[in-house]
Amino acid sequence: MDFVKPTIEYAELAPLLIVLGGACLGVVVEAFLPRAVRRTVQVALATVVLLAAFATTIWVATDLAEVADGAARGLLAAEGTIVVDGPTVFLWGLVLLLSLGGVALFAERRIEGGVSAFAGQAAALPGTEAEREVSTRGWEHTEVYPLLLFAVGGMMLFPASNDLLTMFVALEVLSLPLYLLTGLARRRRLLSQEAALKYFLLGAFSSGFFLYGVALVYGFAGSMQLAAIAEAVRNDTGNQGLLLVGMGMLAVGLLFKVGAAPFQGWTPDVYQGAPTAVTAFMSAATKVAAFGALLRLFYVAFGSDRWSWQPMMWVIAILTMVVGAVVAVSQTDVKRMLAYSSVAHTGFLLTGVLGVQGAGELADGQVTSLQAVLFYLATYGVATLGAFAVVTLVRDSNGEATHFDRWAGLGRRSPWLAGAFALYLLSMAGIPLTAGFVGKWAVFTVAMSAGAWPVVLTAIASSIVAIFFYVRYIRIMFFAEPDVGPDGHPGEVASVTTPSLLTSATIAAGVLATIVIGVVPGPVLDLASRAGDFIR
Amino acid sequence: MTDVTPYVVLSAILFSIGCVGVLTRRNAIVVFMCVELMLNACNLALVAFAKQHGNLDGQIAAFFVMVVAAAEVVVGLAIIMTIFRTRRSASVDDASLLKY
Repeated sequence: MDFVKPTIEYAELAPLLIVLGGACLGVVVEAFLPRAVRRTVQVALATVVLLAAFATTIWVATDLAEVADGAARGLLAAEGTIVVDGPTVFLWGLVLLLSLGGVALFAERRIEGGVSAFAGQAAALPGTEAEREVSTRGWEHTEVYPLLLFAVGGMMLFPASNDLLTMFVALEVLSLPLYLLTGLARRRRLLSQEAALKYFLLGAFSSGFFLYGVALVYGFAGSMQLAAIAEAVRNDTGNQGLLLVGMGMLAVGLLFKVGAAPFQGWTPDVYQGAPTAVTAFMSAATKVAAFGALLRLFYVAFGSDRWSWQPMMWVIAILTMVVGAVVAVSQTDVKRMLAYSSVAHTGFLLTGVLGVQGAGELADGQVTSLQAVLFYLATYGVATLGAFAVVTLVRDSNGEATHFDRWAGLGRRSPWLAGAFALYLLSMAGIPLTAGFVGKWAVFTVAMSAGAWPVVLTAIASSIVAIFFYVRYIRIMFFAEPDVGPDGHPGEVASVTTPSLLTSATIAAGVLATIVIGVVPGPVLDLASRAGDFIR
Repeated sequence: MTDVTPYVVLSAILFSIGCVGVLTRRNAIVVFMCVELMLNACNLALVAFAKQHGNLDGQIAAFFVMVVAAAEVVVGLAIIMTIFRTRRSASVDDASLLKY
């Protein structure tokens, strides 16, 4: 038997290869450079790698060949295991931009008084001599940057994977670094480690489901390739039971990653326990990557069997929105509130996902559900990253002050920062002239035209509930007096720490993007619609 | 073509045992071992289906799953060990600072 050398399209895969290569280089840097210069080198390396990957993504995007009569653009790369098409490059660009913000937040040192937000040495136990020594020497974990790059590599591979095995490997490559990053907080180590344990055990559990789904769908179709599965689904060959159970289990794995009810249990705990910089990065970028994979799997592989999965998505979307919005109302912690709000947003995104229609059913010039979801991901990612970036700055003597009483009167002390947070909340609530409004409008219209009016009605109802708890925060920040303690003295109020340029630039860029996309949504919508369809 | 149904049924049984174990056992190490059992049940199903379809995709996938499972062990044991050293317990019930 001859060995046939596989062809790899290096040019089209360049963004992915740059990120993963940069991550490996980061590990080498960690091993060979002295501690004093490591942080500078790592931050510079991560930034350069992400910028280079972003530049090559743009170059790849402008250069994609049209296929399928111009309905889609792109090609199958690496022997058909990775597909580089319009939606892929759109998601790549988005993930890379969000991770640039993530690197900036990771590198922030000024707000902790000269050290990063990560544990000096994760192996040194809290409250021991070893830990005190580490903190007096000012050591920090610079491994977080290669970990971030590995996670970004997984996030880029996830929505681009064209077979189930690649998808599973990408899922693990993006998850494993995030489990570790979650447990590395400098302050509140116990919470952080507990969050890491929960995230890891539940994440591994859900990837077990994903993998069994892979095995069953493979048993049904006899191939891991999405196109071959789609073919088998269309021709109705194979055992229908295997297909349905396998599809359900794949859905469990993916819905866990995006944090949809009833698999949302980990979201608030992990978002609260993780270092806030990590929360900002993972809440924004993981959702982008996981929704990309969800869309590709269900549109490309199971597209012709959508009557079997759409009812399930209806139920899950409704449940997710209701749980997210209702539980968020009773939250007193900013990070948990944002976590439940991200659960509600998962529901809105699923509303867009289930709005899929055949090409013949679409009105002329109407946005497809794919484009609506891509656009929503952009608006959601920007607002979430920015909102968590603001949370890193509101502090008292114990570190971040996340209890919402502490935020009282913040608007008078730091009007700019409170204004930025208010803007992010308004965008998440979907108030007109912010990015969130256009995103919501896009996903609701596609779902409506697909006849999913019960889901859209629930979505509108939960948006109204959501406005209640977002506006409550704005009221507390701008119109409430600081809390008075039981003895009549005012309690310690949180103050805003002045960050370095890194965090300020991230917040400012987020504010700018939220306003610009809200007022002139045209260019980004155009970009999402130019992305075209998935290559099948 | 061989009938692979018994192997698939066995893999489903193993998967269910793992699944029930994750939900009922309280020690993080045992929970983690149950997750590994689930992954190995998947391997058995993959290999059985590969035999049924007469192609190698499933067997190759089983190799990848082994590598991924090994990587997962590294990360998982690191996390469980850190939490054991701080708390002197690996029970998933003891770790309950985060709620509501």
